[in-house]
Amino acid sequence: MTKIDQVLNAPADASSRDELESAVVRFAGDSGDGMQLTGGQFTEATALAGNDLATFPDFPAEIRAPVGTTFGVSSFQINFGARRIMTSGDDFDVLVAMNPAALKVELPRLRKGGLLIVDTGTFNERNLAKAGYDASPLDDGTLDPFRVVALDISAMTQEAVKEFGLSKKDALRSKNMWALGFVYWLFGRPRITTQEWLTAKFANRPEIANANIAAMNAGHAMGETAELPDGIHGFHIAPAEIAPGLYRTVTGTEALAWGLVKGAELAALELMFASYPITPASPLLHSLAKLQHLGVTTFQAEDEIAAACAAIGASYAGAIGMTSSSGPGIALKGEAIGLALSAELPLIVVNSQRGGPSTGLPTKTEQSDLYQAVYGRNADAPLVVLSTRSASDCFEVGIEAVRLATKYMTPVMLLTDGYIANAAEPWRIPDLDGYEAFPVEFTTDPEGFHPFLRDPETLARVWAKPGTPGMMHRIGGIERSYDTGHISYDPENHHKMTKVRAAKIDGIAKDIPEQSVELGETSGKLAVVGWGSTYGPINRAVDNLIHRGKDVAHIHIRHIWPLPENLGELLKSYDTVLVPEMNNGQLITLIKAEYLIDAKPLNKISGQPFKIKEIEDAILDILEG
Amino acid sequence: MNELTPPEKRTAKDFATDQEVRWCPGCGDYAILRAVLNTLADIEADPANTVFVSGIGCAARFPYYVETYGFHTIHGRAPAFATGIKLANPELDVWVVGGDGDMLSIGGNHLMHVIRRNVDVQVLLFNNEIYGLTKGQASPTSRAGTRSPSTPLGSVDNPVSACVFVLGAGARFVARGIDAQQKDLPSILKRAHAHNGASFVEILQNCIVYNDGVFADITEKAVAADRQVVCRHGEPLVFGKDQDKGIKLNTETLSLEVVEIGEDGPEAAGVLVHDETNRTLATMLAGMDDETLPVAVGVIYCDPGESYGDGMARVKDQAVKRAEGADLKSIMHAGHTWTVAD
Repeated sequence: MTKIDQVLNAPADASSRDELESAVVRFAGDSGDGMQLTGGQFTEATALAGNDLATFPDFPAEIRAPVGTTFGVSSFQINFGARRIMTSGDDFDVLVAMNPAALKVELPRLRKGGLLIVDTGTFNERNLAKAGYDASPLDDGTLDPFRVVALDISAMTQEAVKEFGLSKKDALRSKNMWALGFVYWLFGRPRITTQEWLTAKFANRPEIANANIAAMNAGHAMGETAELPDGIHGFHIAPAEIAPGLYRTVTGTEALAWGLVKGAELAALELMFASYPITPASPLLHSLAKLQHLGVTTFQAEDEIAAACAAIGASYAGAIGMTSSSGPGIALKGEAIGLALSAELPLIVVNSQRGGPSTGLPTKTEQSDLYQAVYGRNADAPLVVLSTRSASDCFEVGIEAVRLATKYMTPVMLLTDGYIANAAEPWRIPDLDGYEAFPVEFTTDPEGFHPFLRDPETLARVWAKPGTPGMMHRIGGIERSYDTGHISYDPENHHKMTKVRAAKIDGIAKDIPEQSVELGETSGKLAVVGWGSTYGPINRAVDNLIHRGKDVAHIHIRHIWPLPENLGELLKSYDTVLVPEMNNGQLITLIKAEYLIDAKPLNKISGQPFKIKEIEDAILDILEG
Repeated sequence: MNELTPPEKRTAKDFATDQEVRWCPGCGDYAILRAVLNTLADIEADPANTVFVSGIGCAARFPYYVETYGFHTIHGRAPAFATGIKLANPELDVWVVGGDGDMLSIGGNHLMHVIRRNVDVQVLLFNNEIYGLTKGQASPTSRAGTRSPSTPLGSVDNPVSACVFVLGAGARFVARGIDAQQKDLPSILKRAHAHNGASFVEILQNCIVYNDGVFADITEKAVAADRQVVCRHGEPLVFGKDQDKGIKLNTETLSLEVVEIGEDGPEAAGVLVHDETNRTLATMLAGMDDETLPVAVGVIYCDPGESYGDGMARVKDQAVKRAEGADLKSIMHAGHTWTVAD
């Protein structure tokens, strides 16, 4: 397959498109420029063209940062190709920069020889100064290493939408569609999905819809007809080889919402979801709020604590209570989660992790709440911790969370992150009838009943819900007697109950799949052990190096607590274990503590996902170092 | 205790559990428990369908002593748990019990929101103006100058009025009772129970150990009639041993004052007639804390509106209608999909 820079260096031939294996495109502009929408549209069209893909929306914490500043830059990255795409890509092949600030922020990651599409209409003195440029980078040689398509997109957009009689401000709002039209031409993408989307979105304002469509068509026409510099012409990326089936694109948030709904259905329980707005977790509340017709109840609580408490109240009343937040909010929920595990009620707690501590980097991704999930409560307070590796994985993990919470009467912490929540990828829509139900059986027999009677095998307590005749009982956060379920301050009893609570969670290791090896052998020189959204870059890096003959394997952990039963033995069968994490080393501590093995950390705490090359380099350091 | 169909009407005793009550001897909570058990018998509550929810504190032990479902939760959060319970099963009859520290300090936020949402629960706030379980610190309802282990020279902060606070939060049922008033308290509780939406009852409760006699100036037999005005809808706001005093609106200062009722009766004296649907009047009555005015007891305000549960059900119905039968499968298949062939 041809590399994009070879194509760019090839003689101009506008009549044919050059074949590429994959490409990384980054749309960058001001927060108000609509880059996320533009990227979303390109994603949809690319998925329909049959490519595999992964995306990375990267936007500022401020809703509207001052226009034209570097901290107001909002970007959307997509990696798509004719092969399996594991990450949103490292450096970009194509960068669309809608203003000087976007160029300033993103140019360092455009590959040498990469294609830069830039709106020169925004390169005035004021915007250059805001971006921190002393001189225009268009003229001073800064862009020499790149292939540059410098066009006055602003002016051409205004020209294209002239006939609709919009104000200048409204007219300029269509320039993202002009750029999208151009990129559609570049990769031979059909425009029909975006045209339909615009028509529906602006059904009440057809002049806006038409202006946007006209801008997109103008951008597309520019690619088709204009003389572009340096032999730039269109590319073709063949459909990827993907397992047969019916596909759609899905974000982690959507897949998780659906997985939780499906899980509740399999458990035969009502779903009550209580949450408080926080970045980047709020979209899950929004997604579930749209599913009320499926019996889902969503509740926007007054604070994080109330959200957790309401969810626990719902579980107490016989539903499956769920709450969701990001690290700081999870911290606030800690006491309530302690009650849920003490009163032994099922509860799902979703943590969309973000950069921390404290407010940290709200819109940037990190996986630094593993300690909080596993250890972050007062006293001996074990619960189940699961993690999700990708957008599509969220569906399965959502179901697994409900299964474990209800079967074992325990809170389950489900770790996802801002990257997974927002990123989109193609998803083979699962067969909803193919899942085995796990309906909850409420206790209704008063004979010999007390609320802390346990299943001898799972150690889960019985669940009698209010409204059931003859089963009246009181529970709470005070220690209760193992034998009667009544309040007990007996010292021996507290020792026993603490051990039982721990044994119940530990026992779940027998009820989860053994740890498998994603790639490579089950023993050897090096295992790369990851969890969560590092799946893509680790998998691709290991795959690349296996193809280069290296003795390396990829292990990815979904069940963080309890850990799979065979994990310790498995890890001991490798000479070295490398643990890449987007934190300062948390899973590695857990593994060391549990198995007393030596492991090497690889930490990236920049709010950005790992690059494949960073992981490859770390692996080669160990194997060859 | 476990029969499915009770042969005859339950008595207060049937609503008591076998658990040893662990409040201090002489605590006002005993009297409130008695009043609640009597109320449950009186309204023929279904124990299987009744839930008592509490936070932390002396008052919060309450659920252990009532033979219904009970959830003893964490400090201040009982209203949030109760909201979740009602959202999951709107049919349950939910009572929330807590003290002044639990509901107005650490849980003040949740009290505000359960009230403003109008969740259909009965909130009973046992106000003894002190922290009991933590051994006698000043509480958010303690009067300024209260000496306690945490305020040895007297508290500096001003107290909050529970009833005025909830009225400000949009309460639609507000009442005030007194622990020892075994005749009046159950009738207030009965009305609270009958109200659809959040009903709030402040119960003045004597803490015999840390704040004994804090309400003596209004509850002692010798002064009670002169220091309490009982609010009865549609009746003049009269009080005093001889029913010779009334509450009047001073239209110049826009404040309430006491007026002597002469021979021509309350109307001639300008005594206000209690209108429990009048929020402004209720707020003024609830706020009478000046020694020249009596303390208002009884149902101060009652003006029902749509409860949270009813509103949520209405919205859910709307969602079902709009969805036109869409299920999870159709949602997952909606939008752009494509088929990858073998």
